[in-house]
Order: sequence, then structure tokens, then C-alpha cells
Amino acid sequence: MISYILRRTFAAVILLLVVSAVTFAIFFLLPRLAGQTADQLATQYLGKSPSKADILAVKHNLGLDQPLYVQYWHFIKGIVAGATYDLGPTTVHCNAPCFGYSFKTHQAVWPELTSRIPITGSLAAGAAVLWLLSGVAVGVVSALKPRSFFDRAFMGVALAGVSLPMFFTGQLAILLFRVQWPIFGRDYVPFTENPSQWANTLFPAWCSLALLYSAIYARLTRSGMLETMNEDFIRTARAKGLRERKVVVRHGLRAALTPIITVFGMDLGLLLGGAVITEYVFSLHGVGEYAVQGITDNDLPKILGVTLLAAFFVVIANLLVDLLYAAADPRVRLS
Amino acid sequence: MEGNPPIMRRSALAAVAAIGSVSLLLAGCSKADDNKNDNGKSAGANAATKDVVNASSKKGGTLTYELSDVPDSFDPGNTYYAYMYNLSRLWARPLMTFEPGPGEKGNTLVPDLAASKGVPSDGGKTWTYKLRSGLKYQDGTAITSKDVKYAVERSNFARDVLSLGPNYFQQFLAGGDKYKGPYKDKSAKGLSSIETPDDTTIVFHLKQAFQEFDYLVAAPQTAPVPQAKDKGVDYVKSIVSSGSYKFQSYDEGKQAVLVRNENWDPKTDPLRKQLPDKIVVKLKVNPETVDQDVLAGNAIDLGGTGVQAATQAKILNDSSMKANTDNTYGGRLVYLAINTTVKPFDNVACRKAVQYAIDKVSVQTAEGGPIRGEIASTVLPPDIPGYAKADAYATAGNKGDAAKAKEQLKACGKTAITTNISARSDRPQEIDAATAIIASLKKVGINANLKQFPSGKYFTDYAGVPKFTQQQNIGLMMMQWGADWPSGYGFLQQILNGKAISQSGNTNLSQYNDKDVNALLEKAIATQDTTERNSLYTQIDKKTMDDAVIVPLAYFKVLLARPQNATNVVSTAAFSGQYDYLNIGTTK
Repeated sequence: MISYILRRTFAAVILLLVVSAVTFAIFFLLPRLAGQTADQLATQYLGKSPSKADILAVKHNLGLDQPLYVQYWHFIKGIVAGATYDLGPTTVHCNAPCFGYSFKTHQAVWPELTSRIPITGSLAAGAAVLWLLSGVAVGVVSALKPRSFFDRAFMGVALAGVSLPMFFTGQLAILLFRVQWPIFGRDYVPFTENPSQWANTLFPAWCSLALLYSAIYARLTRSGMLETMNEDFIRTARAKGLRERKVVVRHGLRAALTPIITVFGMDLGLLLGGAVITEYVFSLHGVGEYAVQGITDNDLPKILGVTLLAAFFVVIANLLVDLLYAAADPRVRLS
Repeated sequence: MEGNPPIMRRSALAAVAAIGSVSLLLAGCSKADDNKNDNGKSAGANAATKDVVNASSKKGGTLTYELSDVPDSFDPGNTYYAYMYNLSRLWARPLMTFEPGPGEKGNTLVPDLAASKGVPSDGGKTWTYKLRSGLKYQDGTAITSKDVKYAVERSNFARDVLSLGPNYFQQFLAGGDKYKGPYKDKSAKGLSSIETPDDTTIVFHLKQAFQEFDYLVAAPQTAPVPQAKDKGVDYVKSIVSSGSYKFQSYDEGKQAVLVRNENWDPKTDPLRKQLPDKIVVKLKVNPETVDQDVLAGNAIDLGGTGVQAATQAKILNDSSMKANTDNTYGGRLVYLAINTTVKPFDNVACRKAVQYAIDKVSVQTAEGGPIRGEIASTVLPPDIPGYAKADAYATAGNKGDAAKAKEQLKACGKTAITTNISARSDRPQEIDAATAIIASLKKVGINANLKQFPSGKYFTDYAGVPKFTQQQNIGLMMMQWGADWPSGYGFLQQILNGKAISQSGNTNLSQYNDKDVNALLEKAIATQDTTERNSLYTQIDKKTMDDAVIVPLAYFKVLLARPQNATNVVSTAAFSGQYDYLNIGTTK
């Protein structure tokens, strides 16, 4: 098990290096192919009508006057060993992992990211609990009574849930529960400050996000359960005289869980890297919002920071999924 | 039965689903609260453009501003956004500022940190200001003229780290091209063209006569910064207030909270009232939520660019809601720049063909209708001094004149033209307007193909790069422009001055380099008499229109929702029609 985790960790580090190199290349090389010069890039981080001297100063300060491989090396070195930055009157040492300073606001990226991870994490975790519970429950019930009224009703709602965009369901939730009947709070409160307020302010966002995802999980669970419940080992379990609940949960659901765990791992990993639209709709200052800012401002350190963070979460989620496989399915061995 | 528990859960889930569905239906039929204040009266539509609405000196409460974006910076020396120029006066007092007043009355310059307006000498090349006495920072230390000098130096001459504001002082101060800035030049003297003979006097020596220098010193870049407390780019986290409010907290990109500055002395400040106990500035709020909060009286839209399209439709269909709005000029011109360096638009007759061909009504409709802009016929908008009503290319009903356009094409030696028109891909109204223009031009034989570019790189990589426009045959470019300060020079200089053309980040998109216009701009800024100066701006406007380098499309307008519980609300031309944020209070 330990050697398996070590091998996966090493592979993850290589993957993150590749992701950072590709992001770096996309940021610099694609615009260059379209004719962008380093001066034009530097001009984007200046106010209106900058002088030539201003452009040169910014270009030098951001290191854009150096070869690309040197800029990339400085970035990687910063993550591993930290870096020193010029604030104007003084310099400051940015401790490892240093993801650099924003090209536009000159504020350190890592503290910004870490301040936003709990918000995105709270959003993703709460929604994940809701969608997993509701999706799996609905899927199981529908599979046990296929083509019944409840099956058709649930699958209808599931279809609506997956079809309605977050811009609609989110706005509607805000209109209903924050404007029309203001029963839920508006501004995010950290869990450590006030757990009930934390849940209260996030609940509409959780529900909106869960509605979107639970539909997929309901359909996945239903199809998996329908297939599993017709397997021979289910018949054998029933023949042994096991209670139906035990047959469904321990034998049926457990076997149907494998694909759900896979999808869940990917979904959660991606969400932790930033639930862009949900954060936008609910005005949550999470990682997704930061990613949008970075892209809007063409701000490489922000983009790299978010990309690596998202990749990290996806890698970790996949690792956990593989570990959970072994727990859910005894046929899987980690070696 | 073994199956009972799941069935019960199933029923509960079904009930939840049913309740959810009913809620959705109810929401569709729901009606927003009436937007009325406590006494049920509203001041009426456009009231804040004519007078101060809800005038009050009531203190207390928490006032909330919401912004759907993030500002460039809260640091007064590192910002260029109009709403930050407006808001930053709460914690940063510039030498001069604009008197809170409705419409064009808001353009009136008044002394702020200075005791009186600047005293020009040497034909307008030297400007002297005396500071008020008794001025203090939030920590109780005295504000001196040296702090003002330092603020100008750091904001204009340390562009490698404080890069986001304008650089007018760098351009106009004598020796500005050689000074390295206070972070690199550690000499006590600093920039020699700013003198501080004593703690209350500051003297600026310029390269050339500049009769609108009072406007320049109204920028937040002249708000004092104590050198000992300056942390460069990190100063934004610990700004030392000279205004009526100070920072209680600052959370980058998320929120700022301001509270009363106890060391602000109203005796030194005839402008500020310091009404709310607390001011909260929320950033990155969903635009629809901003509108909802403004209509519910919970917030003021800091950006001041007007309500969203969906909210606009709702307001226009409800007279009681409309009574709490202000539809006013946004100090901007929406126009089509004709590239004078791309053939055949180097020929004035071909440019005139474009002027006559365009159906401006269709463009206005695409931009959102009359509520979002009045059809334009001059370069200067009506709320900028120097504006004079004129229409060099009048057509019946502003719908274009194909016959006259074809005449001009013939004079140009063409029967058809193929060109490209650029617009910003992330501005749907601009794309719609460009599409309407393409349709108009097609009727007279001008075939323009739409080229879309992201707004973040529009000037740095595309429309603002002369070489690129030449290579790509971009003869026409969609553009919007607002003045840095409300004067003819503040509006025209960057878009018409041939000397302002740069190889990247260029805003003179027409690449118009007319020696008469260049000379008139120089003459105007050196002219002391305001009336005479304004008449020169009118002349420049006329000359530009005669040369047909700009097709004015719309005088941009904003539709602002006015929160009912806000007091002292007044829409000012000085800040693009925004409400003046200096003295807004709250009844909550």
C-alpha cells in the first residue's frame, strides 16, 4: 500500500510539472504566434496610454524581458524554495510554496488561494453530501420499483435538474430564499466562526449545485442497481434468507457503487478546483472566482496557481477513488 | 415488509420534490417589494440629476456599496477607475475635487486639501497651492505638503510596481522624463520640479503651460501619503487616511470596511459630512444580486454603469420603480473610428461615405435604445464643456442617406469598398452595434467584415496597434471614450492628438494626425480664459467632424436605480453620471 501511494505521489508531481509547463506555454506561446510582443503583454498591466519607459519598467519587473525557460525556472524555484519580490520601497521574501505575485495587483497568489480554498471546499463538500445522499437514494428507490410512478417522477425531476443551468436555479434560489423570503443569510461565514451561520448562508448554493449533480447520480445509481439486482449473487443472497434491506444495501448497492465512486472522485476534485458558475451566481469568493479574475486580467501567476491547485485536487481525488475501490470491491487489490 | 423503509424515504423525497416544484412556480409569479421609502414618496424619475434627493444630515447606520467587479486598487496612487476616483475621496483627500452637485453642476472644481484653487504663474507653467491648516492623518500626525509631493512621485514615477493609474504628472512636470521615482532615487530632494518651500505650500513646475492643472490635481494621486508608512504595492493593505473615513478592514478582492476617522476635523473640510457610522464595500457581487439589493434599498451600485438589461426591462414597465431611477449622460461617446491610414479611408470622401451611410437609429437600438444613449453627432458629449450642438452629416431621421453616401463614394473614386470592422467580443451590445453598421454600409457598397477581439487586449494587441490594423485591413473600429477630467482637453487629447499615437495601447484609433488639431489642442490648454478655451474645443470638434475621422454614434447614458433609504443622492457629470459618493448617508 505504501509503495503504491509513493508511486502515485511521484506520478502526481510529474503530472503537475507537465500541467504547469503546458499552462506556461499556452500563456506565452499562443499569443506570440499571433504576433504579440513582450511590450504588448507588459502594456496590459499598465493604465491607459503608458509611456515607453513605463512599459520597459513593468516588463523588467515582471521578468518578461527574460527567456521563457528562465521565467519558468523562476516559477518552479519559487514553489520549491520561495522567492524575493520588489514591493517598491522594500523587498519581501515569499516563502515556499510561492506561486508568485499577480502581474496586475502585485499581491501574492498563494495567500489569496489559501484564503479561498475553505470557501470552495465548503461549497463543494456540502453540495457533495446532498447530491450523493439524494442521488443515490433516488436511484435505489427508482431501481427497486422500475417504471412505477415514483420512478418516473424522480427521473423526471432528475432530468429537469440536469437540464436547468445554474444561472437559472441559482438565481431562482436567491430570489426565493434571500429576496422574497429572506430565511438564508447572504454573506459567507466561515465554519470556524459560526457553524450554523456557515450552513445557513451556503444552503441555497448547496441545493442548487446538488440539484445539478444529484440528477446524474440518480440515473447512474438506478442503471447500476437495475443491472446488479438481476445478478445471480443477489438471487443467492435472497435464497439464503437475508433481509431485503441487507440484500439491497450490502450486496446490491455495494456492487453498483464502483462507477459512482469514480465519477464522484472526478466531480469533487474538479469542484474543489473552483465551482466557477456557482461562485459567480452566489457571489462567493472562492477559487473559481479567482480563476475568472486571472483569466480576465490575463494574469499568469493567478492562472497558474488555480490550474495547479485544480490539478492537485483532481490527482488527490483519483488517488482516493483508487483506495476506495479496494474497500468497496474486494476483487480490487492495490499493487 | 423489507421494502417499507425505502418506500417511506421515497415518499419524503417525493414531497420535497413537489414542494420544490411549487416554489419554482411561485417564484415565477412573485412580485418584488414596492420600491418606496418609509413615507411612501419617491422623488421622481431623474430627480438626482436636477437636485439632491433625500437631503439629510442624519448621522448613523451602515451604508453598503456593491460592485460586480473588482477595482484596480484602493490605493489612491494606483487607480484609474472613475468610481474609485469618486469613492477614494472618503479616505484620500486630493488637492482639489468636484463639488457634489447635480448634472453638469457637479463639474465645478473646489479646493479640498488645498485652501484655495491653484495660483498660476509663468503663463500657466507654474502652479502653487496652499494647504488648509490643521490637516491630520488618521493617526493624528500632521499632513504636510511634502506628503503630497511624495504621493505624486510614487504614483507617477514608480510605474514598475504602481502601474495602474494615469501618468499625467510624469508627462507634464519638468524633468519628469529623467526622474527615477522615490523607490529608486533615495535623495531627500526628490523630483526638483515639485517644490515644498514650507509645510503648507507646494509648487509644481511644468514643461508647458497647462491651464487645466486644477483638474489634474483633483486626481487621487495628489492625496497625501506619509513616506514612512508607504509599503509600495502593499500600501493598499494599510492605507493611512486623510479623509473622513479610515479602513477598519481590507480583504483583497472581496471586501473593505470603512469607519469614521476620529482625527478628521470638519473645520478643515467644508465638503464632507461623515454621515454613516460604517461603510461596507462588497466586491465581486453577482450583477443581478447588485440590482436586487439596490432595488430593495440595501446597497448602492458602486460601478455606476447602470442596471442590468433584465432589471432595466422590469423598471421601464413599472412606473413606481421608474420614479426611483436616474437616466443620465455617462460622460462617454460611443463612436466608430475610421482608420485614416488604411486605404481607401485615407481619402476624406470615402470617410464621408461612411458618415452618411450609417443608420444611427439602428445602432442606437442595438445599444439598448434611447435609455442607453442619445443619437450623437459631435465628438464632445453634451455634459463636457466645449460641446456645441452640430450635425455635419445630418440625414433624415438619423437613418442614413444612401444617395449622399454613394455620391461621396464616387468622389472617392470607388463604387465598392471591402474592409474589416473591429469590436470587443465580450461586449454584446458593441457587437450588435457593429452588426447594425455592417448592414447599413452594405446598402451603399461598403462590405465590412466583423473582427472580434477580447476587450482586455483590444488596445494592447489589436485595435490599438497601428501595425496590426494595417496588416489586417481594419478600416473601422468600434470605440467608447470617456474623459479623464470633464473638459475638452480631458476628453479630446487622447483620441485626437497625433502626438498621442503609440505603437501599442494607442487610443487615437483613427490615427488622426492633423497639424491644425494638434496646434489647437496645444493652444487650448495654454489659454487661461475658460470661455475662449471652450470655444477652441468646439473648433477642434468641428474640424474633426469635417475631416470625418470619427462617426459619433451615441452619447452614452446610464440608468441608475436610486436606493430609497439613501440620503444626499446626486448624480454628477464629474464622475460619468455616477452618484456622488462623498456624502451619501442612510436612513437604515
